[in-house]
Amino acid sequence: MTQALTPPPKKNPQKRSVSPTRPPEIRSRAALHLTAAAAEGRFALQRCVECGTVQYPPRDACHQCLGTDLPWEDMPDGGELLAETTVHASPRLYFRERMPWRSGTVQLDAGPTVLAHVHGDVPRHGRVRIQTRLDKSGQGVLVALPEHDTPNMEDDPLMRALSADPKHRRILITDARSPHAPQIARALQKAGAATIFAGEAESWRPYPGRDALLELGVDILPMDVTDTASVQKMAGEIGGKTDILINTAHFLRPGGVLDRGDTGFARDEMEVNYLGLMRLAQAFGPGMASRTADGVNSAVAWVNLLSAGAITNAQPFGVYSASQAAAYSLSQSLRAEFRSSGLRVMNVFFGPTEEDDWYQPLPPPRVTSGALARSIVDGLQKGLEDVWCGDIAKDMRDRFRRDPKVLEREMTFGGEGA
Amino acid sequence: MARPASYDGVALVAPFSTPYQRYSIDTAHHWIATALRGSLKAAGLRPSELDGFSVSSFTLFPDTAVGLTQHLGLCPRWLDHIPMGGASSGVALRRAARAVQAGDADYVACVAGDTNHIDSFRQLLSSFSRFAMDASYPYGYGGPNASFALLTDRYMTEYGATREDFGRICVAQRDNALKNPYAVMKKPLTMEDYLSARPIADPIALFDCVMPCAGAEAFVVMREDEAQKRGLPYARLSAAIERHNANATDPIQLRGGWTMDVDTLWEQAGLSPADMDLVQTYDDYPVISMLQIEDLGFCAKGEGAAFLRDKDMTTTGDFPHNTSGGQLSAGQAGAAGGFIGMVEAIRQVTGQAGGTQVADATRALVSGFGMINFDRGLCSSAAILTTGARA
Repeated sequence: MTQALTPPPKKNPQKRSVSPTRPPEIRSRAALHLTAAAAEGRFALQRCVECGTVQYPPRDACHQCLGTDLPWEDMPDGGELLAETTVHASPRLYFRERMPWRSGTVQLDAGPTVLAHVHGDVPRHGRVRIQTRLDKSGQGVLVALPEHDTPNMEDDPLMRALSADPKHRRILITDARSPHAPQIARALQKAGAATIFAGEAESWRPYPGRDALLELGVDILPMDVTDTASVQKMAGEIGGKTDILINTAHFLRPGGVLDRGDTGFARDEMEVNYLGLMRLAQAFGPGMASRTADGVNSAVAWVNLLSAGAITNAQPFGVYSASQAAAYSLSQSLRAEFRSSGLRVMNVFFGPTEEDDWYQPLPPPRVTSGALARSIVDGLQKGLEDVWCGDIAKDMRDRFRRDPKVLEREMTFGGEGA
Repeated sequence: MARPASYDGVALVAPFSTPYQRYSIDTAHHWIATALRGSLKAAGLRPSELDGFSVSSFTLFPDTAVGLTQHLGLCPRWLDHIPMGGASSGVALRRAARAVQAGDADYVACVAGDTNHIDSFRQLLSSFSRFAMDASYPYGYGGPNASFALLTDRYMTEYGATREDFGRICVAQRDNALKNPYAVMKKPLTMEDYLSARPIADPIALFDCVMPCAGAEAFVVMREDEAQKRGLPYARLSAAIERHNANATDPIQLRGGWTMDVDTLWEQAGLSPADMDLVQTYDDYPVISMLQIEDLGFCAKGEGAAFLRDKDMTTTGDFPHNTSGGQLSAGQAGAAGGFIGMVEAIRQVTGQAGGTQVADATRALVSGFGMINFDRGLCSSAAILTTGARA
């Protein structure tokens, strides 16, 4: 059974921080689809359209009939551990630092035999569940878990590396004024977060969530993402102990280009949603990236909350959507820049929310702060990269994947109705 | 399936092994040239006379056999590059023998060699195959140790073999290696040493693993009448098989490609396992030697451990096996690991094995196995050599 993690002691300031190392990241193009599935927490393999044979390792041609149409589809996750080894010696630094390492051969119910990381609670020759996870190099890997959950199984060092679990970690919510901040703080606390900080701009201006945050013991500190000096000051104070950063700073107004007489709101949207993210990244990013191998409460994830309008322009929030698209693109750059450190970038895409007043004229369904908070925590616990929260965001994702042009028309129909 | 024609009229001559080195500052080119030179000298051939050349190597990059012709000043009319690791010598020999029979070449030098720099094993691993890169290295990066640990684990579960059973193979080979002055391992190995060695990838421990090193092996294939004219000791090729990606639907490898061709092998040779004076298996890990002994017909599947339990595998025993110490004790010089058994077998049946000579050896089985592309070795080969003329 997995030993429960205990809260780590205070760090000895004289001790050198361990440099991050990575598992092998080079993959064939075909294998990147496994990574894509892992980014969303799905277990998928290739199946030949012509003969139905499931393939593994990822291929460019079917080993049964030489067919070349091999789409990825979700597979049953059961399997049996045929053989196992505990590796005590590896020329790869990442594994060398983490020896001994358990891996095994799993015969999948779906057909093929795979090599997988094996969780410590899996019995010899036992039944397993296979999950796809992102490892520290950001690539998809298979992990064999016990058939049924075991106590503290997420505390296994293997799972800590394959997730961004909030447990024992110190977390910064960048904007305390966000209507979602209290629910997010509550969910993080429930998930075992050690400390929660929240940034607060214009402290003189009251807002409804403040008392709830204080009641939860959130440490509220002054920070305004539109003010470089204030972001840098905050990073100077808590950057060295920020393990997870959740960017809740957000500026939203309705309207398209012609609805707005000037560029004023557009400028505010870019200042907060796009440049704010950049300021935060420049101030907190380097410190977090250098602390990704720093023990139990190492820096582990950067979380952006993005409107689903980031992937296609969503009327009547046309100009706001552009700022979300800009932030989304920036998050991809950030993900690439953090890759070598192993710091994850998780984007949580959401539809119109219940709590944000500006969505009031839109019909349901809406996303609640509670659902958003659950999505964030669940995504961190599973180490996801892309989380789609609520029916509207999921619907837009599916339509986008079917045909982005069709979705564009659907999202931008004129207002004359039926 | 057509029955293969015989390999009559083909002679294997001039077996040559370089001493092995744990680490070398020289290149694969250097090692291959050294072995080629030694073998040509033994055959009484000048490099300019050589018209056939077959190369196996992992560390020649960016060169192949093509680049080597210019580098070494060769002008062959038949050229082959065999990237099949442990199965290389069997495959090289089959092709060379056919080329000589058909008159496409008069003299084919088959050479395998590799260097071993401080970091070259790690680098070799990192670019070994696409499937390994996608589906095996990310899981602990144990390299071949981890892959064979899984096969060994399953084999032990399935057939009840014990660590002692594998240890017996390793201990006997070390005894043999002590009679081979070129072997990397110079100290005796006891069963106690074997069992108490530090774990590498359970159930595999230190003495189950080969020592990567630098070195090269070579021999020459020519017509039998040519060997006789030159007065060279030579071996005949009685039979040879190869197979790739066999038994692909087995969930885990407990048998190799030999199972598909074993009948062809013995039928072509007109011999049976009991007729063999010595056996050279590919021994990157002892479990693989056991698979070969089973799959090549010495005993039934799963009975390898029991079969070997009452055998003496040393050069003076009743089942001489890997007489030069094999890779486990002489060292694994990259692709030359696929040649060590073949070159030693030629020496044995021609009476040139010196300290490791098995008395009156006239028939030898040499088997090869190579290339863990993802979860299993894909290439298998085997050959039966008999005495043509003794030294």
